[in-house]
Amino acid sequence: MAALGAPLRTLRALLRELRLAAGRSYRDSPAYRHVLAAFRAHRVTSEKLCRAQQELHFQAATYLCLLRSVREHQALHREYHGRGERSPQEVAGLVGFRLPQQPGGKG
Amino acid sequence: SDSPGGFEINLDHRKLKTPQAKLFTVPSEALAIAVATEWDSQKDTIKFYTMHLTTLCNTALDNPTQRNKTQLIRAAVKFLETDTVCYRVEEPPALAELQKNEWDPVVTWAEKRYNVTIGSSTSILGPNIPASTKETFISHLASYNMWALQGIEFVITQLKSLILSMSLIDRHITVEKAVLLSRLEEEYQIRRWGNVEWAHDYDLCELRARTAAGTLFVHLCSESSTVKHKLLQD
Repeated sequence: MAALGAPLRTLRALLRELRLAAGRSYRDSPAYRHVLAAFRAHRVTSEKLCRAQQELHFQAATYLCLLRSVREHQALHREYHGRGERSPQEVAGLVGFRLPQQPGGKG
Repeated sequence: SDSPGGFEINLDHRKLKTPQAKLFTVPSEALAIAVATEWDSQKDTIKFYTMHLTTLCNTALDNPTQRNKTQLIRAAVKFLETDTVCYRVEEPPALAELQKNEWDPVVTWAEKRYNVTIGSSTSILGPNIPASTKETFISHLASYNMWALQGIEFVITQLKSLILSMSLIDRHITVEKAVLLSRLEEEYQIRRWGNVEWAHDYDLCELRARTAAGTLFVHLCSESSTVKHKLLQD
């Protein structure tokens, strides 16, 4: 079984990712309720090696990885790949020029 | 929402459809919830390239490559011939050593777990995989339903390794670890020459996202208690 750390830590991180993905009403979202219900249902057993518990934890850790990676990927995309071309004003500004203003529009 | 064939997704009262206009139905409630969450996460624009679970469901429903179960399994097992963890370098020695230390354990795990011979090779032709090994994997994969198989084949294509994929699906390693092992040479080069965030981290996040989605997809489509069997007939 993979080295996963404490289930509580995974749960907290997963709920945080859901909050970041959903925004204000994250506590009412189906995903939030489903995750909490699943963790509560498997908490009762005291067996450390409960297979269902481990499977759930692995699933939660995988979903956490998915949400986190998508968020990080989007952040990187926005920062490095999303800007597009500069406008003519911006290009002129790079070398300290300003485009001429023509009150009557282009001739 | 629940329906006899499975679970559907509603977008503002409209039923979600696949690219080929089929009704979007999934066999597992947890999967449906995760897909709905992907849609809920979209803000001003729909960024399909971030919606990996939706994409996987669409592929399972539409089967655009028109492959049947046998063809899908053969494609998956074929990857073993060029499996990343079996393909070793001799130069530079530090990388060869790293490959040995990081990849040998997972190859050994697979050999023990599946009772097969795999080995590794530094030859350009790759490892020589015995037919019996391939047969074992073929019959193991046959125990998965069509949806799960789409997911498995997807993970294998992402990680470029059948062994790493099985290790992941059998819960022997985490997604992060599987991705790290898949990108071992890149990580080695990054450590030597430096990291380029807009390329390296970008690729890393994308690979993690896709691999995590594929793995979750496989597990959610394989659960016998929550899965609607009618939909998964092969």
